[in-house]
Amino acid sequence: MNPHQDATSGHEHDHNDQEVNHWSEAWWKHHGTHQPHSFWTKYVFSQDHKMISKQFLITAIVMGVVAMSLSTFFRLQLGFPGQSFKILEFFLGKWAPDGVMSPDFYLSAITIHGTIMVFFVLTGGLSGTFSNLLIPLQVGARDMASGFLNMLSYWFFLVSSIIMLLSLFVEGGAASSGWTVYPPLSALPQAISGSGLGMTLWLVSMVLFIVSALLGGINYVTTVFNLRTAGMTMWRLPLTVWSFTVTAILGILSFPVLVGCMLLLIFDRGLGTSFYLSDIYMGGQALHYSGGSPILFQHLFWFLGHPEVYIVLLPALGLTSEVISTNARKPIFGYKAMVYSILCIGFLSFIVWGHHMFITGMSPFLGSVFVFTTLLIAIPSAVKVFAYLATLWKANIQLTPAMLCAIGVVSFFISGGITGLILANSALDINLHDTYFVVAHFHIVMGSSAIFGMFAGVYHWFPKMFGKMMNRKLGYAHFWLTIISVYGVFFPMHLIGLSGVPRRYYNNESFAIFDQLNGVNAVISLFAFLGAIAQFIFIFNFFYSIFRGKKATQNPWKSTTLEWTTPVEAYHGNWTGAIPEVHRWPYDYGKPNGKEEDFIPQTLPLEEGEVDAGGH
Amino acid sequence: MTTFLVGLVIILVVIIVARIMRILELTEELCPQDDAQEQQKENNWNAKILLAFLVLMFSYVAYESFNYIKFLLPVSASKEGVISDKMLWINFGVIGIVFVFTQILLFWFGYSYVYKKGKKAFFFTHNNKLEFYWTLIPTIVLLGLIGYGLKVWNDIMLKPAPDNAKVIEIYARQFDFTARYAGNDNKLGYAYYKLIDGTNRLGVDATDVTSHDDILSTELHLPVNQPILLKMRSQDVIHSAYLPEFRVQMNNVPGMTTQFCFTPTITTEEMQKITKNPKFEYIMICNKICGAAHFTMKMHVVVETPEQYNEWLSKQQTFIASMTK
Ligand code: HEM
Ligand SMILES: [Cu+2]
Ligand SMILES: [Cu+2]
Repeated sequence: MNPHQDATSGHEHDHNDQEVNHWSEAWWKHHGTHQPHSFWTKYVFSQDHKMISKQFLITAIVMGVVAMSLSTFFRLQLGFPGQSFKILEFFLGKWAPDGVMSPDFYLSAITIHGTIMVFFVLTGGLSGTFSNLLIPLQVGARDMASGFLNMLSYWFFLVSSIIMLLSLFVEGGAASSGWTVYPPLSALPQAISGSGLGMTLWLVSMVLFIVSALLGGINYVTTVFNLRTAGMTMWRLPLTVWSFTVTAILGILSFPVLVGCMLLLIFDRGLGTSFYLSDIYMGGQALHYSGGSPILFQHLFWFLGHPEVYIVLLPALGLTSEVISTNARKPIFGYKAMVYSILCIGFLSFIVWGHHMFITGMSPFLGSVFVFTTLLIAIPSAVKVFAYLATLWKANIQLTPAMLCAIGVVSFFISGGITGLILANSALDINLHDTYFVVAHFHIVMGSSAIFGMFAGVYHWFPKMFGKMMNRKLGYAHFWLTIISVYGVFFPMHLIGLSGVPRRYYNNESFAIFDQLNGVNAVISLFAFLGAIAQFIFIFNFFYSIFRGKKATQNPWKSTTLEWTTPVEAYHGNWTGAIPEVHRWPYDYGKPNGKEEDFIPQTLPLEEGEVDAGGH
Repeated sequence: MTTFLVGLVIILVVIIVARIMRILELTEELCPQDDAQEQQKENNWNAKILLAFLVLMFSYVAYESFNYIKFLLPVSASKEGVISDKMLWINFGVIGIVFVFTQILLFWFGYSYVYKKGKKAFFFTHNNKLEFYWTLIPTIVLLGLIGYGLKVWNDIMLKPAPDNAKVIEIYARQFDFTARYAGNDNKLGYAYYKLIDGTNRLGVDATDVTSHDDILSTELHLPVNQPILLKMRSQDVIHSAYLPEFRVQMNNVPGMTTQFCFTPTITTEEMQKITKNPKFEYIMICNKICGAAHFTMKMHVVVETPEQYNEWLSKQQTFIASMTK
């Protein structure tokens, strides 16, 4: 397979070849030996889904470090309000005169922290990495349906990431109206300094981000529907692929609405239209805007925004299912129920957005409808949790770092899901909306579960990505320190929220009733710093293992799925020979068959009289 | 210069750690161990930590909650808050049970079914009966919670305000609130943002006679046991008028009027006794990010007896008086 011997096909630029999209076996026989040979085509403008997934992952890690650093900065302010810190002066310069973060920068910091975490790390990073890596490998395809669009998807992601980072450095500061950027605050530069150039860059970055997400999503769905190998029926897809697919569909249906939403905001900001603005008096004059509604923005935003939280969560749950089943050496319990739950969650997530708007003046009757639909979502969620528990019951569990992280995901999904029940109860939300209780809820259920899902994915599929193993001991240290800090940080936030402390406050000094909470806030900050330090263990482990890790074997976790039938050395086209055929569901772990091995790869034909446990 | 030094130190630390790792690995290679055995050892102590973590987590949750009770909001000072508080604690009861039960199973299973060489897991793919029940039971519980929740929501939000409800406008702007009392006619005069100027901060229309007896105040005084209908408006961006002690919150949205009806039941003085805090005062705080000084935006709230209230009100200037001054 030496690429340099391959002059026969006569294509100098095979990677730009339209035909790449087809990946038919006939095409493959003809072109198959083409491996990208220059540095540029292999590492930079790669169309290989495996390389693109690594590009997504590493970009997301960089973005994650920025977002995390921002959070440690504002936790310094929140835990120890008004105290001077050299480190803030060092990193923030003019935004932290005398080492105390300015209120303006505080708001920028929380806004960019939230935006990066939700979109760049947990949407782009999570789907971009794992849908890309695993969809072709697990369905048995040579690559994504369109390698070229896939490459574009990454480049849009990179450009939007860079713009988002640059926005931190502009005059007036980055966007600072919260990650939900509600107008009029985000529309009018007079209202807050971050709504000037910083906000413009935020919008540009987000529109590019959405382009990236859509290009990726279309590709994922097409690949799953069209490029499955022989025998890979939908009911034989691993749950990872199911959740990536539903995630991609959610994205395709909801992100365009967000583009529309952002576009109208851009018009209001730049062209003087009044989609979201009306009756505003600011800076000593009555503005011309008339007839718009800020609430319209919220409807459009949350129409994406709520599916978005599942766009973040579902891939994490998919990875978790796979990691749990493999390491429990036991089939995932209720495979079909899991699939139906994912579909059900996907569907319901489109009709619950109003639960973010109970007290915006929305009709209380409409509010009731959203209460109903929102609480219904808890049913498939509960089914999933019980299925995980049943999978662990009487299992034979390898507590690898990936498995520990997967257990963490389930733990967070429970802890955060149940507080969702409180918030979804509109009458209770009156008092809890926009308090720290909400912050606690979504950081546990979305932030922490999804991040742990991502960790589980990285620990588990690292050998597939880099052909090396990560260091397990560092993995354990990272996991334990992180789970301790997550509960340490977010549990007390529920209590603070129950005291009525609003989120997005620079400090609580204006309110005597909150004075007594300083101690709790300091404790939270200390846990946050512990968590941040723990992430450096992970980052070190990650990069060290890429270069120095132990060499991986082909199937280190004794898995059944197809990705582990490919060679350890990444190969563009995935299988050097023909694509394997699939004969059974992906969860034949511990099947009683009188053999010593406790797993049966999907490629092994059913034996005489053997029934495929998944059914079709 | 400091930047350079700090960067240098960080790079050095990373290199040193990487070297140490390398040395550890090389020593491991010198006396090679069976990786499966190694993993088994790690499994065993991780299983123990799982159990320890479960205990630790429950203790932390219990300890923090117990310590925190004194910081929670005091008893609700409104009729509506009392019923929603009751529901809150019932809901916490339900989710608390779910939390304890499922977390115990999760970590306990992780601990007790840890890998044993040569053992095979129980091949258990599905069980329709089990799945049916664990779908049915959450559904029933949730329908109960939904029904209860909607009943309370309807009682608070959907019921039309009683006729005798006192109408007060809460007008928000960066970064303060103003209250406008509807006066004797209990009708707020028309207001429009283009009428705003230096003396007429709320843009009230002086040609509308119902506005004449309106009273503007920067403090919110409320008579106890009297239904209050708050009408919210905003001058610039979205704010949220949040009265935590009353469990009341509603957004102030520019371009529209929103409302919230509630009945305060405990005067400030009584609350000072209940909280054993002679300095206790009710507040309204802004709970929707609204600009750089969002965190300072508030209004002082006083609940008093009708007599005290009327006395206070009689000392205030009416809108028309303030305009003709
Ligand atoms: C049992 C299921 C869940 C229910 C019933 C639920 C309910 C709610 C409700 C009612 C709110 C609005 C609270 C408020 O703003 O006052 C909320 C906020 C939020 N939820 Fe959930 N939730 C659930 C699960 C999830 C999941 C699985 C995720 C993410 C993966 C998630 C992410 C979020 C986020 C990000 C917010 C806050 C957004 C913001 O205002 O910044 N929730 N949830
Ligand atoms: Cu939502
Ligand atoms: Cu405000």
